[in-house]
Amino acid sequence: MYSYSEFDEAFVRARVAQFSQQVERRIDGSLTEDEFRPLRLMNGLYLQLHAYMLRVAIPYGTLNPRQMRQLAHIAQTWDKGYGHFTTRQNIQFNWPKLPDVPAILTALADVGMHAIQTSGNCVRNVTSDHFAGAAADEVEDPRPYAELLRQWSTDHPEFQFLPRKFKIAVTGAEHDRAVIKAHDIGLRVLKNEQGETGFEVIVGGGLGRTPMIGMTVREFLPVNDLLPYVEAVLSVYNTLGRRDNKYKARIKITLHETGKEEITRLIEARFAELRPLFGGADQNLLAEIKAAFAPPAFRNAPVDAYDAFYKADPVFRAWADTNLAQHRNDQYAIVTISLKKHGETPGDATADQMRLMADLAEQYGHSELRISHEQNVILPHVHKGDLPAIHAALVKAGLGTANVGLISDIIACPGMDYCALATARSIPVAQEIAMRFEELKLEHDIGPLKIKISGCINACGHHHVGHIGILGLDRAGVENYQITLGGDGSETAVVGERAGPGFAYDEIVPAIERIVRAYLEQREGPQETFLQAYRRLGLGPFKEALYPAEGTKDAA
Amino acid sequence: MARFTPKVVTANALLEGDVVYLTADDRWTRRHEDAELIEDEAHAQLRLLHAMSQGNVVVGAYLADAKAGENGPEPTHFREVFRTRGPSNYLHGKQAELN
Ligand code: SF4
Repeated sequence: MYSYSEFDEAFVRARVAQFSQQVERRIDGSLTEDEFRPLRLMNGLYLQLHAYMLRVAIPYGTLNPRQMRQLAHIAQTWDKGYGHFTTRQNIQFNWPKLPDVPAILTALADVGMHAIQTSGNCVRNVTSDHFAGAAADEVEDPRPYAELLRQWSTDHPEFQFLPRKFKIAVTGAEHDRAVIKAHDIGLRVLKNEQGETGFEVIVGGGLGRTPMIGMTVREFLPVNDLLPYVEAVLSVYNTLGRRDNKYKARIKITLHETGKEEITRLIEARFAELRPLFGGADQNLLAEIKAAFAPPAFRNAPVDAYDAFYKADPVFRAWADTNLAQHRNDQYAIVTISLKKHGETPGDATADQMRLMADLAEQYGHSELRISHEQNVILPHVHKGDLPAIHAALVKAGLGTANVGLISDIIACPGMDYCALATARSIPVAQEIAMRFEELKLEHDIGPLKIKISGCINACGHHHVGHIGILGLDRAGVENYQITLGGDGSETAVVGERAGPGFAYDEIVPAIERIVRAYLEQREGPQETFLQAYRRLGLGPFKEALYPAEGTKDAA
Repeated sequence: MARFTPKVVTANALLEGDVVYLTADDRWTRRHEDAELIEDEAHAQLRLLHAMSQGNVVVGAYLADAKAGENGPEPTHFREVFRTRGPSNYLHGKQAELN
């Protein structure tokens, strides 16, 4: 795994020292809040509804056990014993106190972590496929490119004051697990006909107030051109992007206002200027980074124990069926540890759970952990022979829930339980949906179904690309939940359709149940997933199920 | 002219981030019911100005709707109700720390 160079280390330490002094000066009154606010945001510190919140970057969602243990230590020492993993593959601490933040940042720096560029109008944490480097369907591990982009964008002088924040995602597989089409730039590693490696470049995706699926601006960008090309995109955006209206400032709007053809022309023209300035140092660096991402030394051992266990133990089998994904090495599996136990907060892990996951990664997982944008933790490299032991340990820690990809594996943003921008709560809605379908014992029968919930129009919970999306709003002083259906965040990305008028807090779970029951009644069989059924049937039957009274009115 | 909706002045404490309310005798309290219920618009503006001058103690002061209740002012909007107690998913924040 990549670890900090001397340069990274010195940069992060210098920033911690600088911010520590700024905190000191805020506390002694030499800095006003207006002066301090941009400084704290540059260092990931927000003031939320009930407390400060510190957002820590987990580049492309990759962690080693030592880092995970340090997060546990921080949660226990300076927070309330847990952390919240986010849809940006980051972790948020919900209760730090201002005077403690310098100590927390020092503890992070001790393990090569920080909170820089997790806020503000800059290039944010570069995200990636959480199965990167392990997935069977991958062309190449995308993380070296993500790391190259991270180094290039960190403290990049030209791009610290962009019109708005800027998110880049990279995947190495055709099947998109990183929602690359909903990012400002999405990159997909692929091979051309000559067998050379390059990228499909997608620009202008994004959710939020104006959800849009990105457009492909280059079908094949050679690897050597990555940095100059991305720099050209950002440079054009930095010039054209609107600074007069926050809601029109993202590149997706720039793209629509300028037109794909014109913006492509501008990008290519800027690229032609920039390309000669990249003399190859970036490629030397990339080669070094790639070496740091070399695959682990996979163990060669029989998997009979796994096969026997799978046959004999139905609980293990259910977990294996939902929580394992195919590894590129036949003897291995990718384990998704669900942070979605029914009734718990999606994405939360206690300090003890973090430590256990770190231990398991160390003992059985070649010391690698990943955070998924779906708010789960991944052990990317596990020999199948070790799966029964891992499962047993997870069950004991309350981490053995067999629900990955099912209706209770819900993405939920913090919503009005924490977030100052929220218009309604999202966590309790997720908890209640999960509990309801657990009570009905229906979720394995329902099969793959992604529910995503946001507590406001900013859409951190990706509701637009949920098969069922829920958006919490404030309607005349009451929480109200709007449903969208048929959204998809994968390579066949689409924004879901609004189903109709919203539902009150106590009506939303029954409404979701009506949708799911309509699906179960109308599907052609268990092999037809919710999304497939929706695509075949359209909104009609689901609308009828959601608003039955109106259906009768029409019929009368 | 529309009637003025009564208000309280609220903010977050600089050091802890806790939700706080301004009392009639110029203290910052964690309890909504101890806040000053302001029923006059001009007075509300003065109290807000006073709060904003305390930038070394509190952050982000604003006026929030409230109404008179049995034990003192009560919030009217659900967001302000949540701010009086803390998150709904854990017994953290004021609901655990006060009382
Ligand atoms: S979607 Fe809205 S409520 Fe949810 S975390 Fe983002 S800003 Fe906060």
